[in-house]
Amino acid sequence: MSDIESPRKVTLVDRLLGRITPGGPELTELLENKTDEGIQEMAPRSRTSPRELRLESGSVLRLPEGVELNRADIDVETPEDESMILNLGPSHPSTHGVLRVMVEIDGETVLRSKPVVGYLHTGMEKTAEELMYHQGSTNVTRMDYLAPFFNELAYCLSVEKLLDIDIPVRATWIRMLMCEFNRISSHFLWLATNSADLGAINMLVYGWREREMVLAFFEKVTGLRMNHNYFRPGGVAADLPDGWRDDALALCQAIPRRMDEYDDLLTGQPILQNRLQGVGPLDAETAIGLGVTGPLLRSTGVAWDLRRDQPYLAYDDVDFDVIVGTSGDCWDRYAIRFNEIRESVRIIEQIMDMMPAGDFRTQDKKITPPPRNRIDESMEALIHHFKLYTEGFRVPPGEAYVPIESPRGESGCYIVSDGTARPYRMHMRAASFANLQAMAPLARGALLADTIAIVSTIDPVLGDVDR
Amino acid sequence: MNSAAIPVEPVAPVAVPDTPEAETRHGCPVIDSLGAAVVHCNRDRYLELCSGLKADGYALPVGVTGVDYLTHPGRDLPEGIEAERFEVVVELLSLSNRSRVRVRCQVPGEDPWVPTLFGLWPGTEAHERETYDMFGVEFRGHPDPSRILMPEEWEGHPLRKDYDTGHIPVQFKEAPN
Repeated sequence: MSDIESPRKVTLVDRLLGRITPGGPELTELLENKTDEGIQEMAPRSRTSPRELRLESGSVLRLPEGVELNRADIDVETPEDESMILNLGPSHPSTHGVLRVMVEIDGETVLRSKPVVGYLHTGMEKTAEELMYHQGSTNVTRMDYLAPFFNELAYCLSVEKLLDIDIPVRATWIRMLMCEFNRISSHFLWLATNSADLGAINMLVYGWREREMVLAFFEKVTGLRMNHNYFRPGGVAADLPDGWRDDALALCQAIPRRMDEYDDLLTGQPILQNRLQGVGPLDAETAIGLGVTGPLLRSTGVAWDLRRDQPYLAYDDVDFDVIVGTSGDCWDRYAIRFNEIRESVRIIEQIMDMMPAGDFRTQDKKITPPPRNRIDESMEALIHHFKLYTEGFRVPPGEAYVPIESPRGESGCYIVSDGTARPYRMHMRAASFANLQAMAPLARGALLADTIAIVSTIDPVLGDVDR
Repeated sequence: MNSAAIPVEPVAPVAVPDTPEAETRHGCPVIDSLGAAVVHCNRDRYLELCSGLKADGYALPVGVTGVDYLTHPGRDLPEGIEAERFEVVVELLSLSNRSRVRVRCQVPGEDPWVPTLFGLWPGTEAHERETYDMFGVEFRGHPDPSRILMPEEWEGHPLRKDYDTGHIPVQFKEAPN
């Protein structure tokens, strides 16, 4: 079907003018005539004017938008001793999403700054009140989209606490495995974007490439690169696939080697050092008062990592170091995230050794839906399946807050249950939201260019900030 | 800035009574909620309680949020605490004691306001703005009492239970109208 039955070689002009259809004539017919409202497709390319085609192919230079602006319309009188308000973002690559920072500058020095958020607010907490508990994880996974497993984990642990159930040991270890890989992928993306913000553009490509390696593993396990909906209340959605150990081992061997290369590439580089060292220093007391957590807090010298200090899952059983900085500047934050990737690899190696066998989700039939093939055989399974997907499971009244250590700090899910199958209130304590409060004190008195480095090392994810 | 060794535990540890045995804390009843210590209070005692907790070593403000109990009034509360429509929930963390405490403050529905905690922990600033934005609870004394997530000119407070989500009717082709 895919062969084009034309003896002549297809040229670019043919493609541009729509003379050929990808998939061949049979597919075109198939697509065209299948609806009762007739042909459902866009107008043919042959109707596009030649000028439009030239514009599309880039052979006509498009003029910048401001070229027709009348200069007499602009007020150019600005006294030198007056400060100026500048908006960074919300649509700028260095703001990592849709963060808008209003800065008041005098020359190059930042006098005041204020992060303006909410551009990505989609009311997920309101949505959560309408979803049943087993549907909730697909909602929360979209919050911090660079660390989806951590959202799901906080949510599931909170629901499980309200339900007062224990999940199988294997599910706990699978969750740890995925979370640590997620920490690596999240920090790789940070490494990529942070380096790009500071001008190390080649690292941008490497960081995304390494992250993609980890995402390929996620795709194999969960079916999706992001927004996995893999952790469910009661365990995980599916067991690890065959051959997961080989993939994880390959990653564990590749990542430390690559990290050594990036160490050579970045850490010793004088430009990067100048851009980061001594920039945006934060002291421990301010950091604690501002409620910041994660690498930002650890960079100030406070050794606080929930995996060690208030352990959840099975972090008690693995051996790892909490990376701590001394001066709380951008360089410390860089070094902490850099080395946390190595620590996560170390944890994953231990998880691979200790991964127990057994169930991957709880066998409580009131919580876990039956496997598909059981529905054909067992009436009871059919009833359970029907009840679970129409009514959901009821959760005893109460409230629970479970904090976990996400790549950005403390993520926690506060759920209030009124005894029905839907959360009465679901609140996510977003690490990025709290950490962003450190932005204004850090940027005060810094140079405008350093503000970019400061935003970058705070590492806010706007999906997490705005929810 | 300061490369000298910074103390790992910057807050002087104060002996805090173990939560399950302590009936009250700073005069407010404490209950155990699935293993977490929860202090209940009303608006009059809110600021006093929070200052006391800060003095106890709860130096890190984890978060401030709200709950609208409009459609779920019959919840378990300790004696002496009267249920109101709103609750302001404050989660606090003590790094030195590795302990957490949650404050649940009752806020009347007809006149929802509480004093701000900004003076105690500057890190409550954004959380209080979010709670105001979502529930309409006013934080008196807040340096920047404005919306944070919703647009400035937005009307209503989305996470209130009497705020409808709205829906788009599904239109079927053959259906009348």
